[in-house]
Amino acid sequence: MNMKVSFGGLEMKNPVMTASGTFGNGLEFAPYGDLEKLGGICAKGLSLKPREGNPMPRIAETPCGMLNAIGIQNPGVEYFLTNILPSLKSKDVAVVANLYACDAEEFGELGAILAAEDKIAALEVNVSCPNVKEGGAAFGQDPRQITKVTEAVKKRAGSKPVMVKLSPNVADIVSCARAAVDGGADILSLINTLIGMSVDIRSRRPRIANVVAGLSGPAIKPVALRCVHQVCRAVDVPVVGIGGIASAEDALEFILLGAHAVQVGTANFMRPDFAFSLAGDMEKLLEEIGAKSLEDYRGSLELPL
Amino acid sequence: MIRPASWGPELVWGRPFSICSADGKSLTLFIQKVGRGTSRIAELEKGDSVTVWGPLGNGFAVEPETPTLMLAGGIGIAPFRGYIEQHPTSENLKLFFAHRMPRACYSYDSMTATVRHQSMVEQNPDDLQAIIKEMGVLIEQYKDGLILCCGPTPFMRTARKFALEHGARLQVSLENHMGCGVGACLGCVCKNDKDKYVQVCTNGPVFWADKVEL
Repeated sequence: MNMKVSFGGLEMKNPVMTASGTFGNGLEFAPYGDLEKLGGICAKGLSLKPREGNPMPRIAETPCGMLNAIGIQNPGVEYFLTNILPSLKSKDVAVVANLYACDAEEFGELGAILAAEDKIAALEVNVSCPNVKEGGAAFGQDPRQITKVTEAVKKRAGSKPVMVKLSPNVADIVSCARAAVDGGADILSLINTLIGMSVDIRSRRPRIANVVAGLSGPAIKPVALRCVHQVCRAVDVPVVGIGGIASAEDALEFILLGAHAVQVGTANFMRPDFAFSLAGDMEKLLEEIGAKSLEDYRGSLELPL
Repeated sequence: MIRPASWGPELVWGRPFSICSADGKSLTLFIQKVGRGTSRIAELEKGDSVTVWGPLGNGFAVEPETPTLMLAGGIGIAPFRGYIEQHPTSENLKLFFAHRMPRACYSYDSMTATVRHQSMVEQNPDDLQAIIKEMGVLIEQYKDGLILCCGPTPFMRTARKFALEHGARLQVSLENHMGCGVGACLGCVCKNDKDKYVQVCTNGPVFWADKVEL
């Protein structure tokens, strides 16, 4: 079965991407599988200048999920271009840069720098990080800001597709999706983490230094499916589904709702080789359930009348 | 990292453990039940499947000619079994072991055939003070040698304090919650001497004590 996908100007050999922040820059996972078996890698969130991120502890395990408040720790875009991207250049895999900035202008500047790189296949605009005080979710919860930031990146992205990653921590994700489309988004990716919290009854302290953090993992899949379902029905822009995918069945649920591709996040921690076999497993499962093709299966959800 | 297949999605992360010893066919781990994950691991039975990835990060320095002191606190004794087994000149090694549970819980006696050794039990505050005092004496004795430490953070902090006082070369093996274990998630970082975050899983877990905050 042909697993190639082409949507919003992004072409990949299969619909499996790794979610930003969960897969480093890909090279960390190279000992556990062939990076070329992935459709795409969304690199760790980048900012113009290096960021140290949040204090420790930054992660906590919860039933069927985890909390994280890393705070976009990254070495800055120049370091990425000089020291990391060259190692990915020879790999036949789409590299998507994930952008984080504090205002629209900075987003545009970062977008321009990354769009100039041949190896970068698309730009993923992070307007939904719950773990940073400035920007982050504040953008993602305000449709006007989403439009403004998307416009700023789109204007300077040249021919590179612009993907906007949406937050589920909003009253109406459809209005956020429409806002991104209004700003020129070529693709929408959803969802980022849900805001959560965990406390230790003995020490009487939060388990995360930042107090609140982003919840991910199998626990959030139903929320992600609901969001993808709502957005796929509301906008014509292709959608990438993210949230709790830990099996081929999970991934096909998102495809069934209309997603063109999926991103695997927390499952990379459950099994470091998971993402590498997912496209093959999806293909087998599609054959098993009698789907004619990935294309044919996509969006074929039958809803009650 | 080890993650039993039986966990399903309920427990997400694998759990990081020091490799106690390895013979090419099998790994031996010492595991203490402290939370949900280790309790579930303790329920595993012969024949159960686990996913294992590693070895991750670095290990303790090996300097065959240098008198080397191993400071083990409780379950922190785990990495020293393999260290002793693989060390080319075990006559240069001394193991100091401070523990709370009975010594038999730790396989201590199986590790001491070829090295000098000393153990102290902590059952009350006086014991703790005696252990701290003894650590100070030992670290001063080994200030021109190599000192390796693995145990609870307060134990390593004490060792670090004495090592800095005496100008001793000390390595500490840090413990932390780990998401991926491969340096990708940045969940297990600690601060180095330049006030920068570094990953415990890949830059460590072993650090020179003067190069890391505890």
